Amino acid sequence: MENKSALLVGVGGQGAILTAKVLVTGLMRAGYDVKMSEVHGMSQRGGSVSTQVHWGKKVYSPVIGDGAADIIVAFEKMEAVRYANYLKPDGVAIINDYEMASSTIAAGMEKYPEGCLEAMQNHFKVYPLNAEKIASELGNVKCANIVLFGSMVKALNMTDIDWDAVISDVVPAKFRELNLRAYHAGFDAV
Amino acid sequence: MDPVLLSGNEAIARGAFEAGVKVCSAYPGTPSTEIFENLPQYKDALYCEWAPNEKVAVEVAYGASIAGVRSLSAMKHVGVNVAADPIFTAAYNGVCGGFVIVSADDPSMHSSQNEQDNRHYARAAKIAMVEPSDSQECLDFLKEAYEISEKFDMPVIYRITTRVAHSKSLVTFGERTEREVPAYKRNMKYVSSPANAYKNHAKVEKNLKALEAYANTSKLNKEEINGSEIGVVTASIAYEYAKDAFPEGTSFLKLGLTNPLPMDLIKAFAKKVKKLYVVEELDPFMEEQIKAAGIECIGKELIGNLYELNPQLLRERLFGEKPETVDVGVKPVSRPPALCPGCPHRGFFYTIGRHKNYVVAGDIGCYTLGFAPPLNALDSVVCMGGGFTVAMGMAKAFEASGQTDKKVFGVVGDSTFFHSGMTGAAEIIYNKGNVIPVVLDNSITGMTGHQDNPGSGFTLEGEIAEKLKIEDILASYGYKNIIIVDPQDLKAMEAAVDAAANSDVPAAIITRRPCLLIKRIKHDIGKCEVDTNKCIGCRKCLSVGCPSVMVENKKAKIDVTTCVGCTVCAQVCPMGAITRKEK
Repeated sequence: MENKSALLVGVGGQGAILTAKVLVTGLMRAGYDVKMSEVHGMSQRGGSVSTQVHWGKKVYSPVIGDGAADIIVAFEKMEAVRYANYLKPDGVAIINDYEMASSTIAAGMEKYPEGCLEAMQNHFKVYPLNAEKIASELGNVKCANIVLFGSMVKALNMTDIDWDAVISDVVPAKFRELNLRAYHAGFDAV
Repeated sequence: MDPVLLSGNEAIARGAFEAGVKVCSAYPGTPSTEIFENLPQYKDALYCEWAPNEKVAVEVAYGASIAGVRSLSAMKHVGVNVAADPIFTAAYNGVCGGFVIVSADDPSMHSSQNEQDNRHYARAAKIAMVEPSDSQECLDFLKEAYEISEKFDMPVIYRITTRVAHSKSLVTFGERTEREVPAYKRNMKYVSSPANAYKNHAKVEKNLKALEAYANTSKLNKEEINGSEIGVVTASIAYEYAKDAFPEGTSFLKLGLTNPLPMDLIKAFAKKVKKLYVVEELDPFMEEQIKAAGIECIGKELIGNLYELNPQLLRERLFGEKPETVDVGVKPVSRPPALCPGCPHRGFFYTIGRHKNYVVAGDIGCYTLGFAPPLNALDSVVCMGGGFTVAMGMAKAFEASGQTDKKVFGVVGDSTFFHSGMTGAAEIIYNKGNVIPVVLDNSITGMTGHQDNPGSGFTLEGEIAEKLKIEDILASYGYKNIIIVDPQDLKAMEAAVDAAANSDVPAAIITRRPCLLIKRIKHDIGKCEVDTNKCIGCRKCLSVGCPSVMVENKKAKIDVTTCVGCTVCAQVCPMGAITRKEK
């Protein structure tokens, strides 16, 4: 297998870090070399955040540049557009059909761009879903991140890893059942 | 045991434990902070602390080295500027216990005010430099750095970058080795009198020569011969990028001990390949020295000296292989960072920003964001502690040039006050500055992720500590009119600014309200709601720059999930359309 690269992008506080933790835990159990990179600091205050995960037999760089990601998981749809240049032309995108205004948009100084999802669909294989809606129906909007993770597993066909076991070990015990249901709902949604 | 996934910073903390380090002192700063946040788990084996600033931290760690134990200090790149004085003299005096200073550089300035390349410090101070490139090396190389420090009688700069510090890779642990601490004996080599310094300089040059000879054989520097066409000399994170960027069959000389450079090893490597590249981030630190040694190589003319690299950038710049990308044709709107909903700094900046003749010198911290629209409340931000003293210079300039309408405020946070604001507060009193010092006291070191400081009442190891009172310190300096105010009460905030601006005696302001993200405090959380019948759509509420406040269908709207009910927006509403409810 060639090395794989995933980009998890969203807005600070959406749970991308926990999602990445689930992903790398499973990859490590499957025996892959794994590297992961995230940026701390200023970006946490309402900013755009991205976490990169790379895996394979032997991984060197913890970061990638343009046109090198196999998959983007966008927790917010404008963020998919922001990081689209990182995606390989034949890469895939899991896109949460969910809008979060930036501070400048909220203040009426700028407009949320139209057609983010459609623009991505015009160029890439896209798996769209409304993770917030699915998570709310499961009883807690906060598990939207694991819904998206379920879709990612399906899109990358990574079913040889026992994700139920991984999720059970990584998430806090009192949210275990919820997150397992979220994972399967996300898997079935795309 | 199985390997674990660790950031470079976590691995360095583990490395300090395994190396038998006993005393650790640092000041927080991205991207170095997590090293010390991960040390208290080893507190049965070592002492660790947050110092008030980086200079203090290096002096404490160096004192421990003089007393015979292995010691560690860590800071962000600009922190080394603050600590440079003791580092340069410790280089002359030498060490007893191994002494390592971590410099965490920030290429691309993810959260920094400049992009300085601290490798130059090792060369300027004439001390050893070790550069790990992944988390396992962060752990392993640290142990070797202590051996080098003791063997060659010098401090070691342990240079990492954001991607080394914050990237995670697999790490296998070792055991802690206790090092025997020699019985303390007074030694004049630690007294840097001019006569001693005169002798010490010759010793430093001799030690450096010996270290260079060692560098040529050190296991930190290793050759990977895969072919004779292309060779790459590289170090730190650039090694990882180069491994992905260069074609199969490329040979590498990967350097971990990078000051002094192992020039014999580099010469020998250069002879084994037809074409030599030097791949490094930021300045041509290695390249210039390699070229000066008469070795032909390709580097910065193609790679450039700005910002972070990555494998795709390297391939494009070195081989003209532009990655294939897709332009989806939609332009995203940027998401600039903003003060959090309920941030206590908001009330101060809103108040001060409305006075057009007020000049405000800012400082480094969350409150740097006071510059951003719509608050637009800062005239300068330079460095830690610069808030008070840059204000002082501006005030003297306004006096000297007859610009008498200006009123100058200097702003620092509580942690910055203890870091280097105190000397500025003394300067203002001593030299009769027409400046009002303002301490934005949120009871924590906020921006770096909530570290304790001398004003917060706790130590890094979690013990209760003496809580230094900012008002008592200012009073002891001679400030006669110290106004303590809740910045969330805009009327009181305005009155405080007016009173300070018109005070006949030296005045200072302390805005006091804890950061809402401090977990050990129970905060009074509510939520604000808009009565759309009363709202006239004047957008005044947007002028406080709160991420929770927005306009929808020409009426104000408050996001219930993020609003904490601080009421700053309600206080500026001319129609009384915003009210607070319990959450």
